[in-house]
Amino acid sequence: MTEQDRPDPRQSGNRYDATDAAERRDDQSGTTREQAAAGAIGAGNPQDVGQSTLAATTESLQHTMGKDRPESGSYTFPAFDSHHPPEKDLIDDCVHCGFCLPTCPTYVLFGEEMDSPRGRIYLMNKGLTEEPMNDTMVRHWDLCLGCMACVTACPSGVQYDKLIEATRAQVERRYDRRADDKAFREMIFQLFPYRSRLRLAAGPLRLYQRFGIDKKLRKAGVMSRLPARMRAMEALMPKLGKEEKIPEHTSPTGERRRRVGVLTGCVQQVFFSQVNSATVRVLAAEGCEVVAPKNQGCCGALSTHAGREEESLNFARKTIDTFERENLDNVVVNAAGCGSTMKEYAYLLRDDPEYAERAKRFSAKVKDVSEFLQEMGTVAERHPLPVAAAYHDACHLAHQQGVRQQPRKALKQIPGMEIKEITEAEVCCGSAGIYNMVEPEPAAELGERKAKNVLKTGAQMIVTSNPGCMLQIQASLKKMGREIPMAHPTEVLDASIRGEPVETLLSGRGLQG
Amino acid sequence: MERGQLIKAMESRLGTEGVVHEREQLRSYECDGLMNYRVIPDLVVLPETAEHVQQIVRICYEEGIPFVARGSGTGLSGGALPVESGVLIVLSRMRKILEVDIPNQRIVVEPGVINIWVSQEVAGEGYYYAPDPASQVVSSIGGNLAENSGGVHCLKYGFTTNHVMGAEVVLADGSLVHIGGGKAPDAPGYELLGALVGSEGTLGIATKITLRLLRKPEAVGTLLAAFSDTEAAGDAVSAIIGGGIVPAAIEMMDALCIEAVETAVHPGFPEAEAILIVELDGPEAEVEDQFQRTIKACEEANASEIRIAEDDAERALFWKGRKAAFAAMGRISNDYYVQDSVVPRTELGAVLKRINQLGEEYGMRVANVFHAGDGNLHPLVLYNNDNPGEAEKAEALAGDIVFTCLEHGGSLTGEHGIGEDKKKYMPKMFTEDDMATMQLLRCAFDPHNLCNPGKIFPTPRLCGERPGPFRMHPVQKAGLAENF
Repeated sequence: MTEQDRPDPRQSGNRYDATDAAERRDDQSGTTREQAAAGAIGAGNPQDVGQSTLAATTESLQHTMGKDRPESGSYTFPAFDSHHPPEKDLIDDCVHCGFCLPTCPTYVLFGEEMDSPRGRIYLMNKGLTEEPMNDTMVRHWDLCLGCMACVTACPSGVQYDKLIEATRAQVERRYDRRADDKAFREMIFQLFPYRSRLRLAAGPLRLYQRFGIDKKLRKAGVMSRLPARMRAMEALMPKLGKEEKIPEHTSPTGERRRRVGVLTGCVQQVFFSQVNSATVRVLAAEGCEVVAPKNQGCCGALSTHAGREEESLNFARKTIDTFERENLDNVVVNAAGCGSTMKEYAYLLRDDPEYAERAKRFSAKVKDVSEFLQEMGTVAERHPLPVAAAYHDACHLAHQQGVRQQPRKALKQIPGMEIKEITEAEVCCGSAGIYNMVEPEPAAELGERKAKNVLKTGAQMIVTSNPGCMLQIQASLKKMGREIPMAHPTEVLDASIRGEPVETLLSGRGLQG
Repeated sequence: MERGQLIKAMESRLGTEGVVHEREQLRSYECDGLMNYRVIPDLVVLPETAEHVQQIVRICYEEGIPFVARGSGTGLSGGALPVESGVLIVLSRMRKILEVDIPNQRIVVEPGVINIWVSQEVAGEGYYYAPDPASQVVSSIGGNLAENSGGVHCLKYGFTTNHVMGAEVVLADGSLVHIGGGKAPDAPGYELLGALVGSEGTLGIATKITLRLLRKPEAVGTLLAAFSDTEAAGDAVSAIIGGGIVPAAIEMMDALCIEAVETAVHPGFPEAEAILIVELDGPEAEVEDQFQRTIKACEEANASEIRIAEDDAERALFWKGRKAAFAAMGRISNDYYVQDSVVPRTELGAVLKRINQLGEEYGMRVANVFHAGDGNLHPLVLYNNDNPGEAEKAEALAGDIVFTCLEHGGSLTGEHGIGEDKKKYMPKMFTEDDMATMQLLRCAFDPHNLCNPGKIFPTPRLCGERPGPFRMHPVQKAGLAENF
């Protein structure tokens, strides 16, 4: 294909297809030209690439290059089959300049080429023709957090998001994971996308540690990585508060401006139902008729990011079915990972004749709640909340959806509110979907790094838009003995609109780990 | 030593996590920022201390194994290209800032420290590190030292060599030496630091580097001027510098380049055949006066539009466009081949014209982005590697561009280094005797030709060989090597 006849993805209609790295980064809605400029060479501001000289511990390095790699001996050549391999055209966009290296969390930790976006793309290219799919190749793709900071950083517009998703789907299909690895992953996917199961499991996980089951397992010498992974999972689980039920239908305050659907999600509803309640209240206060379909399920984000293609497509289809019926202006999402996947449906279902068009229409309606509120314009009165809050960019909101300024703007509209920026804002906190459970060691190091940077701001609370980030940062802070109240932007807006005292917000509802 | 034994030997010093030896992993190291040349190294090692580096080099020295040092792998001349059956020493895990000494305006860092970290570290104190290659967010100080990196501001502030005060270096035999000064600005004896900086990894591996810090200028003024042809822009450059102004930077981009960066990072540049970005810095009054004269010079050269950066954000926007230029080429072309020749400033117009002609003759696109102030060109020959023969054609065109520059009294490279890529052109610029003199130095540091061998010089003379009538080297006499 020559340059001229390669279709320009920016010319098509769908947002996911329609945008590329630079546009997602420089999203002009709510972003001033100056701020876009500050995104110059890769980061939210030019000073903001991986700054600390902190390197990985030897323990963590053992999981990429050392003895602790989960090897199964699986070998397939060539690495990829013809069903959506990582696209050669997209690989060729990479000119090997290396601008992605300092924003890549694993490169920041390990300092080696194979665990950088540039290196992973290089391996994908080799996998197309010259190299097999084996333990080594898979290890380095597995270690990618999928944070997409590299997509923001890339001046050539390499669509690493599409490349790694395609690669992961191939890995899940063509690579035989070691039995314990496979079982653990299966357990995650039988658990997290299902609210009722997740609710049931949260308790036993605590018991797991209390009764020292992990120690016994280690003593028995079986399932080498399982204990560490289970510990990581347990440490992330917050105490379950009383789950707030979300009404299926909520009328707007005053005149109806929009009719919107709300994704209540799986993790969000089980652990952070108060975020969903707040989201519904804020939307209603801003004049939205809010529909929260009762039979909605998982949006498929976790499965998509892990390469579980069939499963993810089924979740996507079901979600489209559920919301399509409701005749909505928009579908509003308050979890960054879910929102980015739902915007991606059009791309994911591009091969499905029955769903391709519907997915396109659906994806076009999906908005992150901060993005939605800024676009619609706000009317409800904000009461003062005198508090200094650190805003943490969720990767799937900032890098994948290009939503950076909207939540900050929304928070700054609250009188008395001060927003503190976190150093190394571009670097992932280590949560990354299921990453902190399957790769607990590097995730813990990234979590600690993020927690330290958060503490440096001196903020009284942390505001962030993704349940995974909340769990991860809180777990890291807890380990350091420095817990800080956390909230989703909508919870802050809700408190402000309702005129609640700032103390209520800082009492840390729901997140007492 | 067999490969297996070598791996074991390295692992016993560095731990398993410090040695990369699986083929798939090694492949990711087969090229640096220049993808045209690829060699899979035998082994990659990731030292964390100077002692590690010494241990690695000692093994190599004793076993006669060649080695190559690599930083972030962003070099554009293949300087960090591995050698066959050699060891690649990657310094990206040596990234500690060791000492910040603001009163003496110096900082001591390990080689893997990224260029911009240095400025970040001292920004709060009102200082910065001047050399700013476009790759400054990723390229390492060790790599900058090896390549004597420049950057957009080197017109006024000089290259890396003007900012390195001293270095701790592991030589090819594994000994650790200190070159250059410590706290005092100057050291007696030979100026070896000048030889080391820009030696492209052929004289040793720096493990600790002392850099000079500069105070941030009191005032900065940046403007962008658009022109309807490159020659007019060239005239403006001559007028500005001829008028006695030394700008912090003058950069030029042509239409193709503007198109690429507009697609990539949307700096909002005007449509034009050429754009100049001029930056002035220094004391407030001086900047103000020179800024007015610069605007006048651009107007007299018929600039179609002049934009003045109102604040830091707008300045960042101008530079964003410039610094992303190379990387943005991926937007308009699958592959590109970049040259880095320098021509006398007065020849700029003529050379650019000839480059355009050459592009037309070859039927290929050439984008130009360059440091206009010091005549350092960066012609980017655009091609598609998937089309058979196109890469070779691009290389030939790039070669012709180099010859054109040399004909106009220019030089092969301004800041990217000779490396693997441009060594074949060395005889066009230097006589045999010139190169033999350089080899004398190299051989003094690395008599066994182990330290990044095969780079810089086209057909490396064996050490001990002298310029002049042919005399057989002892190694050749013993039948151990051939001259070719």
